[in-house]
Amino acid sequence: MDLFGDPATWLPLAFAALLGLSILIYVVLDGFDLGVGVLFPFADKDEKDRMIASIGPFWDANETWLVLAIGILLVAFPSAHGTILTALYLPVAVMLVGLILRGVSFEFRVKAPSHHKKAWDWAFYIGSMMTSLSQGYMLGMYIMGLEVTAFTLAFSAVTAVFLTVAYSFIGATWLILKTEGALQLKAVQWSKGGIWGVVLGMGAVSLASPFVSPRIFDKWFSMPEFFLLLPLPLMSGALIVLLWLALRRLPTSDDSFAWFPFAATIVLFVLGFFGMAYSFYPFIVPDQLTIYDAASAPESLFIILIGTLFVLPMIMGYSALAYAVFRGKATTLSYD
Amino acid sequence: MDTLILSRIQFGANISFHILFPTITIALGWVLLFFKLRFAGTGDQKWVEAYRFWVKVFALSFAMGVVSGITMSFQFGTNWPGFMESVGNIAGPLLAYEVMTAFFLEAVFLGIMLFGMSKVPSWLHTLSTFLVAFGTTMSAFWILVLNSWMHTPAGFEMRDGVAFATDWWAIIFNPSMPYRLVHMLLASGLTVAFLLAGLSAFRWLIGDRSNGVRATLKTGMTIGAVLIPLQILAGDFHGLNALEHQPQKVAAMEGNWETGPNVPLVLFAIPNEETRSNDFEIGIPNGASLILKHSIDGVVPGLNDFVAEDGTVLHPPVAPVFFSFRIMVATGMAMLLLSWSAVFFMARKKRGVEGLPKPLLWAMVPMAFSGWVATLAGWYTTEIGRQPWLVQGVLTTEAAVADVPAPLVASTLIVYLAIYAALLAAYIGVLFYLARKAAKGEPLGTRIPASGEAQVTVAAE
Repeated sequence: MDLFGDPATWLPLAFAALLGLSILIYVVLDGFDLGVGVLFPFADKDEKDRMIASIGPFWDANETWLVLAIGILLVAFPSAHGTILTALYLPVAVMLVGLILRGVSFEFRVKAPSHHKKAWDWAFYIGSMMTSLSQGYMLGMYIMGLEVTAFTLAFSAVTAVFLTVAYSFIGATWLILKTEGALQLKAVQWSKGGIWGVVLGMGAVSLASPFVSPRIFDKWFSMPEFFLLLPLPLMSGALIVLLWLALRRLPTSDDSFAWFPFAATIVLFVLGFFGMAYSFYPFIVPDQLTIYDAASAPESLFIILIGTLFVLPMIMGYSALAYAVFRGKATTLSYD
Repeated sequence: MDTLILSRIQFGANISFHILFPTITIALGWVLLFFKLRFAGTGDQKWVEAYRFWVKVFALSFAMGVVSGITMSFQFGTNWPGFMESVGNIAGPLLAYEVMTAFFLEAVFLGIMLFGMSKVPSWLHTLSTFLVAFGTTMSAFWILVLNSWMHTPAGFEMRDGVAFATDWWAIIFNPSMPYRLVHMLLASGLTVAFLLAGLSAFRWLIGDRSNGVRATLKTGMTIGAVLIPLQILAGDFHGLNALEHQPQKVAAMEGNWETGPNVPLVLFAIPNEETRSNDFEIGIPNGASLILKHSIDGVVPGLNDFVAEDGTVLHPPVAPVFFSFRIMVATGMAMLLLSWSAVFFMARKKRGVEGLPKPLLWAMVPMAFSGWVATLAGWYTTEIGRQPWLVQGVLTTEAAVADVPAPLVASTLIVYLAIYAALLAAYIGVLFYLARKAAKGEPLGTRIPASGEAQVTVAAE
């Protein structure tokens, strides 16, 4: 335990990193399948089936990253867990109802009598919207330090919309990768619309965070940090330009580069995430509670860490297997 | 109503709704593996038919379990922050191990199990089915470890109101864990047994004479007939364990107020906490002493021992524990009667399903959900029986509740209840819809490739 120095110092940091990793993986993975749900009303009947087929084998495992993230928050930083979740009581409830609706709709839409299918499709869409909007709202409230004022509410309403757009964007790029023909063409159009939302959303959060918190301002705009951090916005800008160029040329005749928008969007999400993680460190509840104050007892953290180091690579391994098994274009989903 | 009681109702509603579905998936996963292996062994199409139908029930139940489980993982924080702040050092790692060793395993391999049949070799599909079943069972293991620890905490010390782990082995194998785990796994097996038989009996009654429906009806009733005596035995052991560690719970279950020998087994009564006695009591003399102490003058603890000097009641509310215990036992007895008579009629003259009298088949249909009734009643017995404690002797339920305005809890509670009621209706409706469809011989859209076929498709890619 003392191998790396004082465990009370490095264990909270290790768990903050694990928490960050889980949230990042969740936002990317469930982001694309929530996004597909957000795009549902724009598709026709057969396209809806194809869209579900592209995410059907994955959504459940994707959502498990949320359970892991909330689990790590709960086990590693119990007091932060309580503070954050009680402050976000209502949006959490909205998100849970959304997750319930969309999760069961996957099954009910194909198993219930066919005249109910349309209703379950709506439930899937509404559930996806509730989940995305509430997550965006919680992100905004978190950035604003969980304080409720007219300004923070307005800011959170904006982040709610932008995160939903960002999810629909990564969902559309996923569909470019996983579909063909008319639906793929549609997905390219959706992406072209969504990319402006992503630019505006990332821009708004990046600009707003330093100006609401002097601490974050200092972290970004002091020397030499400013120059060390400069690659983050520069790379994001370059990626957006590349994405725009790629979307104008897609789909290509031999379907080359269909993977590019999805891959580039993942990198974009990762960059945005690092920017935010840097801004908040070392706080787990912004400006109130640091990861060191909130951490559980080292002996409990240690026993989880040992398990995590064994199990996490296995989880990633068999998750990769699932993505490999279901690689290629989505076909009609059946139990065959 | 205040935040405490509303939060308890809310968590109770969520966990009651949730447990319905894992209770099915834990055992159904193994039953599906059984169907698949039987097919591999015999090549008989009836096992494919059985797998084809029940894998759909599994997928639907699994989705219901996942979404209601996510809800609970958040409610620890939104409604019960005191729980994690006080015993998080112990509950946390147990929950973390559940997520890491069970949830991901189930979720990932479920995708391959449901949709990968033509995409992976047959052995990998069978392995995926096994891993899903194994994952659901692991999940049950970890959550029952935590739940048992809340009843019989061990392997920890308290420092400044916070529990710190001292012995993980003692925490995991805490005194009530083996009993509770066995009792719950058997409950899951019985729930699935009667669901299998009940839906199959329904199909039979509306004219389905396929070999698949014969196979599942027979499988269900046989599993039921084998497991129910084991469950009665396991329940008895579990009760004796509770008597040792939580006597106030057993006193409430028995409706026994005064500690003493020759305590009767109360068959029916209305426990009255005002007069601290039973109204309308009907009992068998010395019965409780005999069951709990194996001697007619055995001393059985009474509820009056658990009232503090100042009148503070330290035992659970009596009536809910008393009645839910009786509902569980009565359901178990009905299960025993039904499954043993079914097995008797099927074995008589080796007539199989044809030998079952019609009234028995009709009785099986509502009994399809008897496992749910018994499981819920059993959980109410043990969980309400733990009150006023959240963690026995360590943390009271009242001390753990969140400081959230009551109207907020009430309004979300109403939304949850409405959704759960609608989903439960939809779930049961779809089960019978699928059964009717299968009985008419309409395709359910699933197919198991004959062995070898799967490899061919992989090779052709």
